[in-house]
Amino acid sequence: MPRNEMVQDVKLIPTCRETSEVLSRAQDRPLTLREKVVLMVHLPLCNGCRNFRKQLAFIRDAARKYIRRE
Amino acid sequence: MPSSESPAGNSETFDTGRIEEYRAYLLRYAQIQLRDATAAEDAVQETLLAAFQSGSRFAGRSSVRTWLTGILKHKIIDHLRRQSRDRPLERPDGGGDRADEDIAEETFSDDGHWRSFPANWAAPDKNFENAQFWSVFEMCVQVMPERAARFFVMREVMELSTDEICKELEITATNCWVMLHRARLSLRECLETRWFKT
Repeated sequence: MPRNEMVQDVKLIPTCRETSEVLSRAQDRPLTLREKVVLMVHLPLCNGCRNFRKQLAFIRDAARKYIRRE
Repeated sequence: MPSSESPAGNSETFDTGRIEEYRAYLLRYAQIQLRDATAAEDAVQETLLAAFQSGSRFAGRSSVRTWLTGILKHKIIDHLRRQSRDRPLERPDGGGDRADEDIAEETFSDDGHWRSFPANWAAPDKNFENAQFWSVFEMCVQVMPERAARFFVMREVMELSTDEICKELEITATNCWVMLHRARLSLRECLETRWFKT
């Protein structure tokens, strides 16, 4: 997986694990500047984390609809 | 908030003839949050009782469901508060239950990569119309580690802020985010393998 290796080789680029934590926190509070930079650097390189971001939004939506559906 | 469920809108009243319908709805709400059938029934019972007692004061500003759900939320929060006193979430030794800790380890390799990259869930909103999807969703919330699930329902289902959750459960903000993150990883993984990839 070349994309995977690219992220791995450059130490300055935050890991998926770290990025996923920032994406999760973004659901709960405004991000700090440092956190925003993590996303700016990592997301363009990583399809998996971009999908994760969409999934978080979906999960939130689903949790609210779960209770309200008829 | 959803729009009023009855066509009568604001003139809707607390109708004792519809009590079983209210009960079924409230039970579903309570069960996913409390994960304990007895506690859920108690909370619903208390809610309906409180509603009876103040039924005449229900001014019809919101739908009956919204009003009842508001009462139930308080009952659930009381219960969770008692529960966290009996079974504190932060232990002096800093330990947590293993099931929680394992989620992040299972999800990411040692160098911080997804072991299995999250997939692109095609047109996920379509699933909201599908009863089977909701069964899987429910199952995935049920299999979440208990502590993580407690945070998840307070945040995503009851829509409390992390500040409110920290206060209710007497826990630090950092710990709260860690637990929410684990809950989301767990649910994501479950939905992907049990629903989106099947």
